[in-house]
Amino acid sequence: MDVHHEDKDMRARFDAYVADEGKVEPKDWMPDGYRKTLVRQISQHAHSEIIGMQPEGNWISRAPSLRRKMILIAKVQDEAGHGLYLYSAAETLGVTRDEMDEALLSGKAKYSSIFNYPTLNWADAVIIGWLVDGAAITNQIPLCRCSFGPYGRAMVRVCKEEAFHQRQGYEGMMVLAKGTPEQKAMAQDALNRWWWPAIKMFGPPDSDSPHSDQNTLWKIKRFSNDELRQKYLDMVVKQANALGLTIPDPDLKFDEDTGHWVSGPMDWDEFWAVVKGNGPCNRQRMKHRQKAHDDGLWVREAAVAFAEKQAKRNNQQKAA
Amino acid sequence: MTDLKKEWPLFEVFIRSKHGVSHVHAGSVHAADSTMAMENARDVYTRRSEGSSIWVIPSSEITASAPSAKAALFEPSDDKVYRHPTFYEVPDDLEVL
Ligand SMILES: [Fe+2]
Ligand SMILES: [Fe+2]
Repeated sequence: MDVHHEDKDMRARFDAYVADEGKVEPKDWMPDGYRKTLVRQISQHAHSEIIGMQPEGNWISRAPSLRRKMILIAKVQDEAGHGLYLYSAAETLGVTRDEMDEALLSGKAKYSSIFNYPTLNWADAVIIGWLVDGAAITNQIPLCRCSFGPYGRAMVRVCKEEAFHQRQGYEGMMVLAKGTPEQKAMAQDALNRWWWPAIKMFGPPDSDSPHSDQNTLWKIKRFSNDELRQKYLDMVVKQANALGLTIPDPDLKFDEDTGHWVSGPMDWDEFWAVVKGNGPCNRQRMKHRQKAHDDGLWVREAAVAFAEKQAKRNNQQKAA
Repeated sequence: MTDLKKEWPLFEVFIRSKHGVSHVHAGSVHAADSTMAMENARDVYTRRSEGSSIWVIPSSEITASAPSAKAALFEPSDDKVYRHPTFYEVPDDLEVL
């Protein structure tokens, strides 16, 4: 039989099945492109959760109250959990954890650029929950229906937890925005610095994003970058207004005809500079991740040595 | 840099959310042994009282049916409609069946 011809048939059957909302499970036949796309997307999503622990982790030891410290620890621990759910989903596609770790540490794999901005003060630590987790929710809700079963299931779990992240962040911003003039100024300053990076989290405009079409046909992506950005914009403008803060976009306007907010021009040169490694914290984030990996080596080795010793002892006892 | 033999083995995690229901597959964790797999599963999958019992099992110990065997395994039951109550015709107005 002509193998190439068979692949074409299988590909056609697969595409039709997925187009009809069929779900794909790890051991099913899938096109190489589908597998590669998912390994890339899921592992980069996992890396974002892991690197994303750093900006907020930076404030755990300096949280303004015990209540805030407990909340922040729980939130950062959740992000570690999200990374692990996602690595677990990616591993069902045949990639190993070591391979993914290596891709991150060598710089081959990317993570969300939003985590390459610094958390200079406490307002930055809470604005992340509001703006960054808010954007993550907008992006992740449609991913719950992704055609690849393990990714969708991981997203359902993640989305449940994100609701807490967003609310604790918004509450933290509210305390500042309704506080003393100094606190309010801190909240405004954080918004001034995080607004544009948050809006750009949805990626380049549809007119120049390379992967969208195929991923839409495969039911991996349900909405385009611009559609997601619009949903987000309509939500956060209202939230910012409720806080009494000023959005740092002089061209932002409400379009009466469409009922949507329209943002001013976005600086994509800045976005690509950060993606390419030249944001304020890229090097620091990678250095920290590498150090954590290296410092953990003896722990990983000790755990294996201990497990081997226990197994040996158990075998001897059984034999005796 | 990568030594694949150094990667901790993979364990599948199954969680019973509350007594009265079965364990359900939740995901997987890496761990050096089953004791650590249990601890990791607790931390990763039950941070909000999602569980009342956990099973962990080395992924390599699971025997799974192959997707290609789907037809051979499951299609034979498709033509045995007489295994379902709807196959049988009884009077509609019979109130006690
Ligand atoms: Fe997350
Ligand atoms: Fe989050």
